[in-house]
Order: sequence, then C-alpha cells, then structure tokens
Amino acid sequence: MVELTIDKKTVSVKEGTTILEAARRVDVFIPTLCAYEELNHTPGACRVCLVEVDRARSLVASCVYPVAQGMRVRTNTQRVRRARRAVVEFLLSDHPQDCNVCVKSGSCELQAIAELVGVRDVRVDRTDFSTHRIDDSSPALVRDTSKCINCLRCVAVCAEVQGVSLLTPEGRGFDSKVVPAMAADLADSACTYCGQCAVVCPTGAIVERDDTEKVWAALEDPKKHVVVQEAPAIRVQLGEEFGMEPGSLVTGKMIAALRRLGFDRVFDTNFSADLTIMEEGHELLKRVKEGGVLPMTTSCSPGWIKFIEHFYPQLLPNVSTCKSPQQMFGALAKTYYAEFAGIDPKDIFVVSIMPCTAKKYEASRPEMRDSGYRDVDVVLTTRELGRMIRQAGIDFVSLPDETFDAPMGRYTGAATIFGATGGVMEAALRTVYAVVTGEPMPDLNIQPVRGLEGVKEATLEVGELGEVKVAVAHGLANARKLMDQVADGTADYHFIEIMACPGGCVGGGGQPLPVTDEKRAKRAEALYRDDCEVQEFRQSHENPAIKQLYEKFLKEPLGHKSHELLHTHYTQRGV
Amino acid sequence: MSNAELAGVDEFSKEEWALVDEAIEKYKGKPGSLIPVLEEIQAVTGYLPESLQRHVARGLDVPLSQVYGVVTFYSFFTMKPRGKHRIRICLGTACHVRGAGRNVDQLKKSLGIDVGECTEDRKFGLEVVRCLGACGLAPVMVVDADTHKQVKEAKLDKILDGYRDEPDAS
Repeated sequence: MVELTIDKKTVSVKEGTTILEAARRVDVFIPTLCAYEELNHTPGACRVCLVEVDRARSLVASCVYPVAQGMRVRTNTQRVRRARRAVVEFLLSDHPQDCNVCVKSGSCELQAIAELVGVRDVRVDRTDFSTHRIDDSSPALVRDTSKCINCLRCVAVCAEVQGVSLLTPEGRGFDSKVVPAMAADLADSACTYCGQCAVVCPTGAIVERDDTEKVWAALEDPKKHVVVQEAPAIRVQLGEEFGMEPGSLVTGKMIAALRRLGFDRVFDTNFSADLTIMEEGHELLKRVKEGGVLPMTTSCSPGWIKFIEHFYPQLLPNVSTCKSPQQMFGALAKTYYAEFAGIDPKDIFVVSIMPCTAKKYEASRPEMRDSGYRDVDVVLTTRELGRMIRQAGIDFVSLPDETFDAPMGRYTGAATIFGATGGVMEAALRTVYAVVTGEPMPDLNIQPVRGLEGVKEATLEVGELGEVKVAVAHGLANARKLMDQVADGTADYHFIEIMACPGGCVGGGGQPLPVTDEKRAKRAEALYRDDCEVQEFRQSHENPAIKQLYEKFLKEPLGHKSHELLHTHYTQRGV
Repeated sequence: MSNAELAGVDEFSKEEWALVDEAIEKYKGKPGSLIPVLEEIQAVTGYLPESLQRHVARGLDVPLSQVYGVVTFYSFFTMKPRGKHRIRICLGTACHVRGAGRNVDQLKKSLGIDVGECTEDRKFGLEVVRCLGACGLAPVMVVDADTHKQVKEAKLDKILDGYRDEPDAS
C-alpha cells in the first residue's frame, strides 16, 4: 500500500493506482473528458485532469500518473485551474462553436467541462471547418469528426466491448482523427450500428440520426393513420429523460405522452415480443426434434445480426429465421391491424420507439417489406422521443397512467423482460417448457440467465426433450466468445441468446445518457418487477391478444402466414 | 484469395504477392509483428494500398482498423505509389527564407502533382522535409541520393531532366 495526500486528505491505496483513482476514493473531484471508468479507459489524451504534485517539474495528468509513497497532490490551485482552462480553451479552438444548435447541447461533456473550468473566451485562432464533411451515410448514426476531441472512447468501446474494432485514429498530430478502417463511410463498413460509440462520446461527434421531423410530419398529415410501438426497455428508460430515478417503470405515462403527441393508436412491441416467443420457441422445438442446425441463436438484436453477417457469415444458418419483435409488429400492423380496423395499409404509418440505433437500420433493410409496404416507417430512439415530448410541452412526470389500445397492445411478463440480457432466453424457455410438458415451469424465474455477467449458462430439464443447454451473451465481444466455440464445434448448447449491447436493450445505443452499469441493472430490475408484480400473465402463450391473433389471422406458429410475414433471411457480408 | 487470383490486383505480380505472403507467414502469431510485416511488404511493393492492408489484416488476424491506423500514423508508410526518383525539398528555416517554397510550387506545377504524390508515369515522387542539416547550401533539393545546392526555380527542369533521360533499368 502507498500513502499519499490529496488536497490534505490522506489516502492509502495499492501501488500502481493512478492519482485520479485515489482522488475518487476520497471524494476529491478532478474533471476529466477522455477517461471513462467503466471501460477502464484512461488514454491521457485530453489533459483536463492535470494536477499539481509536489517536487514534480510540471503538472501531471492524474488519470495516468501513478501514486507514490508520501506524494502530495493538489487539485485546486491557481496553477491547476489556469492550466485546465487553457487545455479546454485549446480543445475549443479546434471545435465548432455551434453549441446552441448541436443535438448534444445540454448533455455534452465538453460543454459542461468548459463551463466548469470557467472558459469565457477562446483566444486562439479557430480551426476552419467550412469544408468539413459529415458522414451521414448510415440510417442509424451520424459522425461529425469536427466535433471529435480524440478521447478515443469510441475506439475502445468498439474494440473491447463490442469486438468490432472498426474505429481507429487516423494519421497523427493535429490532423489526427477517428475514422472507420480505410476512412470508409459507415454505410460501407462493418459497423453494426449498435451505437455504443454514441453512448460514450463526450461530444456531438457521434450521434443517432434524428428522425423526429419525419414523425412530426406524419402526425400532422390527416391522411396518415399513425400507430406507435415501444420496445420493452422504453418503459424503464423514458423517465430518466425527465429526471426520474433510473429504474422507474413508466408504462402508463409513456402511453399517455404518446397519445398527447397525437398518435392514432398506441400499441406495444411487447405484444410482438410474445409473438416472437411463439414463433421462435416452436422453431427451436422443430430444430431439436427434426435435427435442424443447432445451437439456434436469437435474432431480435439488429446489431447482433449485422455483426454475425460480417464476422461469422458461415454461422448464419444457426440464427433463428424469426424477425425481431419490431419487424413482426410492422408487418402485422399493415396486414392484420389494417384488416381489423378496415384501413388501407398504404395509409398506415408505423413508428417505433426503440432503445437502439441499429433498429433504424433494421427497419430500412430492403427485405423488411413483407406487408407490401415498408413495414416500419420510422424508428426513434428513447432520446428522440424525450425530445419530442419536451418540444410538445408535455409535463411527463405528472401525466396520468393510461393503457394500450387493442388489438396489438397486450403483453405478458415474458415479453417485458426482452429488454434485459437473458430475458428472451427466459421467456422462450417458459413457453418451450409449457409446450413440451403441457404444464408451466415449477419456477418461472430462471435466475442463472439474469444479471450482468458477460456470458451466462444454464441447463434445464424439459420433459421428453431431456436436458436443454442454453447460453446468453451481451456485448458483442462476449458474443464472439460463444461464436468462436460454435464455429469450432465445441459448443454443445441448444439455444443461445445474443444482445449486441451491454446489459441488453436497457443499455442500448439509443438510451438516455449518461449510463452506468448501476443504471442498467436498475432498469433491468424494473423490467423483472413488471414481469412478476404487474403483469397478469407471465408466459407468452397465455397472452389473450396473441391467442386471438393466431385464431383470427395466423392460424398456427410457423404456419403459412407466419412464414410469409414473420420470418426472414440474412445476408453474407464478410469484412 | 490465392496469389494467382491476386496477381494483377494493384499491379503487383504473382511473385510480389508471394513475397507479401512470405512476410505474413514469417511473423504470423507473433505479437508486435504488424510494423515489421508492413515494412517488409512495402519494400517489395513500394506502397500499401487498401488491397494489401486487407490482405495483411486477414493474414495476421488483426482488425483492418489497426493496420490502417498504423499505416496512416507512420510517415514511413505510404498508401500512394512512390515515384522511381524521390525528390525531397527542404523547407527548413534557411531553405525557406531562400525561396524553397517557390521551388515546391514550381515542381507541383511542372510535375502536375501535390506533395506526397507521384507522377502518373511513376518517374518522380515529391516530398518535403523539415531540415537536412545543409543550411549553408540553401535552398537544398535532394533527388534520390544526390544533393543539389542553391537551387533556383529556373534550374529545376534541367536538374530533373538528368533523371528523366536516364534509361529505364526495369
């Protein structure tokens, strides 16, 4: 152990600890921009965390400087304050001064730090960005390198958490910037559109594509019948956009807000999540019984789908042919619901609210038009919906609780837990068990697949099927671990759930910011609360709206209509 | 892709691709091997276009972004073909004040290329350097291994002609 003082507070830490870590231990605040605790990312790039160390010649970057016995650190001296201010001033000299019109205004870390350290003027010649090109080639994410401060968080999250390693610093010195490999446009790259880069980006350099104007336009168009669906995770995230505690379950307020925005029908992606379980559960049973390709993997996460198309194209036969709940909903909204309501499907406009940036891409895939129209017209992230609600002047927190519309608004606890890693697996096992044995699982809570561990495993005795072995991974670097096993034949699982984002959809690329593991866990807890305390039914096949859908429209799982509307195929992309 | 399939891609011959693969094979699986591999390959091919970078990434099983990051970081590596004759103009302080900048402009005009590029016939590549330590001879221009002193704009063409006329060895 090493003992040192920071601003006269004595702290004892392990050798090798950085000054920044030690300072946090004794609640001494040091501003940082590039450091990101959850990624263990301290590149020492931004220099905002400078502190004064006795006998050191110059100020040191506390995020990379190791502690030493007897060291005396001061974090709040005139010299430190001046240096910090100068550092941020230099950062701003190479940053567009368009904060008022930037989508990150208010949630930008650079903006907050500039205020915090007291920059009141930028005296250095500013970089001219007039010829700067913005990469808006992708339907999901927009990159504006003029706003990049080279903190390299996106590079770290892309490589270490997602195992994609698409982003890299290019060049060196002042002209260095972060780009996809070969400086390709995102649309021409192996980007999965997971959006975790946008989640960690301290500025507006990587953001979701804002599609709110398209939705406003549809809502004002008298010819359009605008229906909306919300992913499971939205009901446990949206409150945070309005200052509510992480883990607030706001289903009723969410519905009320959407009605007040002018949506004609407020439906629920949870309805089609239950449907996904029906189709995917039966697909799994069929594969097991008929000797199909195993292990079967889930297909709900569009980032995961793009990932496997690029990096493990040989394993695409393992992926369930089921569309994601979002796309199942879209295909049914323009067929089943159109028929039900007697509305011409060409006039139906489907909006999705997703915790996800890759969903924007998924909806734009050319094969997602099985209704005869584009199945999902616009996808908004949780953050964009928050913006719309604020623009409309709706006081979200004091809204009353309202309920979903029929016939696509009912759901079970099995559907709602789709939003947390392991949830799809748990929901599928509940129904598969019941279908095989004719009775519900003795305990519907399958604890081993819950929680934030990267790769989870469980074995379950399922009637005549015998032992069913499953695995769950979230974060694509964890998915890689499982896929490497599947590829070399050492995985003896029947069913694998993969979610692209850490924590599953509760930690998606479109979630409220900033996020921590603690927040992800609280959001997931709220979903499990919805499952076991709020919902009447906890198994997808018990959903009365789903029973009605099969009775009146689809007839049977994996039937002709299902095949036409609810199943899909994938594209071998490579890298 | 096999070497036979790769032959002709970016003008590299089957033999050159074989040398490329040899370099990859030699270092495969050894940590920290990316830079030496790229160095050996560039010695064979003269430059590192996208096709080669992809080939190296696959061969060494490293992300393409990492290869691209290294290639763009070190000025030694180039993604553009280099000319047969390497022209280096010194832009150090002494050369600069004695008109080296005008020499660069003149060469850009007469060769029809930018700094860092090479002529279409691949005869000449143009580079600038910061100081060659020969300030007494300013402005200095180095072509291949020959140092030319007190170079004036008017003399440039004549100097280059000496290299232009040289019979092509290859």
